[in-house]
Amino acid sequence: MTTFVELLIGGLSTGSVYALIALGFVVIFKATEVVNFAHASLLLAGGYVAARLSGHIGFWPALAVGIAGAATVGALVEFLVIRRYRGGEHSVLAIATIGVDIVLLTEFTRLIGTDVLTLGDPWGDAVLTFGSVTVPQTRIAALAAAALLITAFLLAFRYTSWGVAMRAAAENREAAALMGVRLGRVSLSAWAVAGALAAVAALFLTVFPTPGLERSTSFAAFKAFPAAIIGGLDSTAGALAGGLIVGVTEAMATGYQAELSFLGRGLGDVAPYLVMLLVLLARPAGLFGTRELTRV
Amino acid sequence: MTAASLRVEGVTAGYGPVRALVDVSVDVPDGAVVAVLGGNGAGKSTLLRAVSRTLAFHGGALRGGSVSFGGRRLDGLAAAELVAAGVVQVPEGRQVFARMTVADNLRAGALGARGGARGRARGGERDRAWGGARARAHRRAAALARVHGLFPVLRQRAQQRAGLLSGGEQQMLALGRALMAEPRLLLLDEPTLGLAPMAAARIADTIREINAQGTSVLLVEQNAAVALKLASSAYVLETGRVALAGPAAELAVSDEVRRRYLGVVDETAAQDAESVSTSLPRLGRWPA
Ligand SMILES: Nc1ncnc2c1ncn2[C@@H]1O[C@H](COP(=O)(O)OP(=O)(O)O)[C@@H](O)[C@H]1O
Ligand SMILES: [Mg+2]
Repeated sequence: MTTFVELLIGGLSTGSVYALIALGFVVIFKATEVVNFAHASLLLAGGYVAARLSGHIGFWPALAVGIAGAATVGALVEFLVIRRYRGGEHSVLAIATIGVDIVLLTEFTRLIGTDVLTLGDPWGDAVLTFGSVTVPQTRIAALAAAALLITAFLLAFRYTSWGVAMRAAAENREAAALMGVRLGRVSLSAWAVAGALAAVAALFLTVFPTPGLERSTSFAAFKAFPAAIIGGLDSTAGALAGGLIVGVTEAMATGYQAELSFLGRGLGDVAPYLVMLLVLLARPAGLFGTRELTRV
Repeated sequence: MTAASLRVEGVTAGYGPVRALVDVSVDVPDGAVVAVLGGNGAGKSTLLRAVSRTLAFHGGALRGGSVSFGGRRLDGLAAAELVAAGVVQVPEGRQVFARMTVADNLRAGALGARGGARGRARGGERDRAWGGARARAHRRAAALARVHGLFPVLRQRAQQRAGLLSGGEQQMLALGRALMAEPRLLLLDEPTLGLAPMAAARIADTIREINAQGTSVLLVEQNAAVALKLASSAYVLETGRVALAGPAAELAVSDEVRRRYLGVVDETAAQDAESVSTSLPRLGRWPA
């Protein structure tokens, strides 16, 4: 039972971090109908900047610069690549983002080399103990930060003018333009917000129990793809649900690896994708989505 | 020129190889309702898109001519900038944001309406005195009150998703959403299309009322009976060219318009139809 609760908390925590990434992914898709395969490199950009700076200017300032940096990289990708193809085929744009991803990942891989960069976060390897249940502080911090950010985002999406413009543009670009919504700004802000969310995710993907930021951190970011797809590519609530489902599935499959060994090794890595395939079989548009993947 | 009149001069537009408008000129004097009539594919929507700068959304482009409003050139602006210039289009097929609530649709309508900052003709001074955000909130509340006054149903349905409204209600929402930007010129693309006669009559009444409150209207319609009653002058488009133009009252009694767009068959028209039917298959709508 103790193991189960620990796995559940760990899974929810990682899941909420996946949800942050998936949320950015969904926001970009809603605003520009582009499937952003470069999302992992936005994440790596934020993490890299924060990790490089934290030794010099301290953790919190470094995190702030990392978030701003990832937002800027997102905005630049929009401005330099996506904008040039406005009105073009969305599938072409998706492939263009693969190109961006390869370029950025190659560069960050070169910069990071074989290092493992630590962020100097205030939590370290401290744990919290409730009865027999032991949870790293970083997991609780991740859960709290993700809950806070996601709530703030959803409130802004629902109640601010920015949110109304975003939803209007997502639903009908021409009608939104006729209402005076500047589609370029909507798209730019979507990419910047997605970058910022990814940078926060980068933080929590690299703190304890993970050793730090390394080349393979981007693989963790790929888990957000099944999360976004499970929830439905165009649903913000779906990103949340999808993230949690992937996080918990992964934690359980890894934690009970021994019991499930008849299913083969490395189940934790595969399980999110298996869940994704099962969900897509039942609901081709994802749990909360309205658009099927064939649209992209 | 201070009057907020629209001048479309010699506009040619098309979609790739398709030429949809050829050398079309249309004037909408300040405060007027002007109708553009024409059958399916005549180029009516293309004309409105040329004014509202939305041709690109349909793979089209303006090839020649000019569009100006109140002396200011509109061709060259982005679609989103037109709202601030005082021109708002209600697109064909209403295009409400179906997944958003009625209230949010109306909010979206106010997004492009900039107060003092962009120096709108009316209220600019007052806004600057009020100070940005508060002035905008104030004006938005006033615009909302006006829209709710015209369409009380939009207040009752405020929290409902727009996609759940009836066709007539969606048209009201589309009109209300456009009014939230406080346009000086409203472009309407077939607002009565697909509506029951009662609902169409209500929309027509509202258009008259909106115009009486000081907004000019460029109304595109296949339903000539409705349009000619509302308009002071009218144009007839045929395959992308202006075939007829004149005061609405004159066009309403002209044989050609009566025959082609009002479904009226008088003596001479029947004879015309007779002679045509020898070379063309007879159209069922016209009893011989
Ligand atoms: N998106 C488009 N792509 C290609 N041709 C179009 C497009 N929209 C309209 N057309 C063509 O342009 C002409 C005028 O169309 P339109 O302006 O929509 O007419 P109306 O609104 O009077 O029915 C028609 O021949 C139509 O086939
Ligand atoms: Mg049309």
